[in-house]
Amino acid sequence: MSKRSNLAAAALLVASIGIAKASPRTIEIPEPTAEFKAPKDDAHRAGFDAATGNCMVCHSVDYIATQPPKKGDKFWETEVHKMIKVYKAQIGESDAKIIADYLAVTY
Amino acid sequence: MGLGRRDLLKGVGAATLASAGVGLGRSRAADGVSLPFGNGERPLVAYPGKRPLLLTTARPPQLETPFSVFDESIITPNDAFFVRYHLAGVPTEIDPETYCLGIKGHVDQPLSLSLKDIKALPRAEIVAVSQCSGNSRGFFEPRVAGGQLANGAMGCARWTGVALKDVLDKAGVKAGALDVVFEALDGPVLSETPDFAKALRIDHARDGEVMLAWAMNGEELPWLNGYPLRLVVPGYFGTYWVKHLEAITVLDKPFDGFWMKTAYRIPDNDCACTDPGQAPKSTVPINRFGVRSFVTNVLDNTKVKAGSVDLRGIAFNGGSGIKAVSVSTDDGKSWLTAKLGQDLGRYAFRPWTLQVDLPAGQHVIRVKATGNDGGEQPMEPRWNPAGYMRNVVESTRVTAA
Repeated sequence: MSKRSNLAAAALLVASIGIAKASPRTIEIPEPTAEFKAPKDDAHRAGFDAATGNCMVCHSVDYIATQPPKKGDKFWETEVHKMIKVYKAQIGESDAKIIADYLAVTY
Repeated sequence: MGLGRRDLLKGVGAATLASAGVGLGRSRAADGVSLPFGNGERPLVAYPGKRPLLLTTARPPQLETPFSVFDESIITPNDAFFVRYHLAGVPTEIDPETYCLGIKGHVDQPLSLSLKDIKALPRAEIVAVSQCSGNSRGFFEPRVAGGQLANGAMGCARWTGVALKDVLDKAGVKAGALDVVFEALDGPVLSETPDFAKALRIDHARDGEVMLAWAMNGEELPWLNGYPLRLVVPGYFGTYWVKHLEAITVLDKPFDGFWMKTAYRIPDNDCACTDPGQAPKSTVPINRFGVRSFVTNVLDNTKVKAGSVDLRGIAFNGGSGIKAVSVSTDDGKSWLTAKLGQDLGRYAFRPWTLQVDLPAGQHVIRVKATGNDGGEQPMEPRWNPAGYMRNVVESTRVTAA
């Protein structure tokens, strides 16, 4: 479960049952701060927007930024398709293409 | 270890990674380090229960241990131990009073065990190294996709808990059992993403060494290392060491979940390798790690004082224990035998020391270990598409002056 839904579920549980059970432990995990690099040109702005709107659903931008530099089109097409086919990212084929293009040119 | 601490290193440790990166046009960040490969900049960030560690990724969290930690002690401190999650649904609230572990499937008596129940079973303890399958992936050439780690996704700890065998026996494994599946409290963001689960063969699960651990180095498990209970699979890569255990299911057929059937596979050959860029013909699940050794007190691309130099380091393997460690100061042309130090068990880091003579000039120090099973490290790095199992004979380039 996500952190937010976890907390919400816990709050709901306490509120609805009215128990303030003694001993749950909690942890606060620091929020990611990395951001996507700006697109190099206007042609890649739509790819930048699509990456910003999709990739961070499941992972922080450093997953991308730490990959080897300048791996090119095939590498990033493979990665984007892995996200869709294997991890079931809800990304359409046209967005997948412009995301991969933006990543290949930018990273 | 009877050696002077760091007298030949004064102050260069922190800058070492940066200097190693200079050749790649990289400089040291104010609050981070630059690993010696492209896109190797890593901020140093302190997560809950952790000292500042190399931040590989923030969500889900992946933290790498600074290599200098391995020179401080044979046991890796809890607050420095590496962290690796696959899915961003990291549990953020756990109640140790209500937590329970389910044991189900092909058993006589399904169980739900509280922490108290588990701690009432006979206590087991082992010192063992956990190492990420992708430890050192950043050094692969050609580079491959995945978590870009230097050599710090490993650690050696004293684990306390119960033998998995005792827990399985309590439930009573039925005849015909084949696999044991481990599931955890962490999960994916999207419900369609394959949830993390790993499996061991029943004989392995019942070998008496595989453990459910609630303590690490005498303290409760750090949250990010699997609080309140994790699997410990001595000699096996960390992918099997499932954190935040939630359920154990015995199957009478092979487990075919994504994280066993598709992910974490290695080429099915003796070297677990392919020609660079080539896909393997067939694969098997990654399993036991090969032998590795490191110099810990002199780092790559640094300067040392010319003359007699005390070297020290660590060696480990997948469980046969370390038979010998050899060191070369001439890039592998000739070898000297190092002195092995304290033996904390065949799954632990084994320290070694050796005094060598380094006249003024440049030297390439190589270190290689041999296991009691005869296993050796390759002189040239092996390659596979996923960047797993690196165990090349390491090179440490130094200038003596």
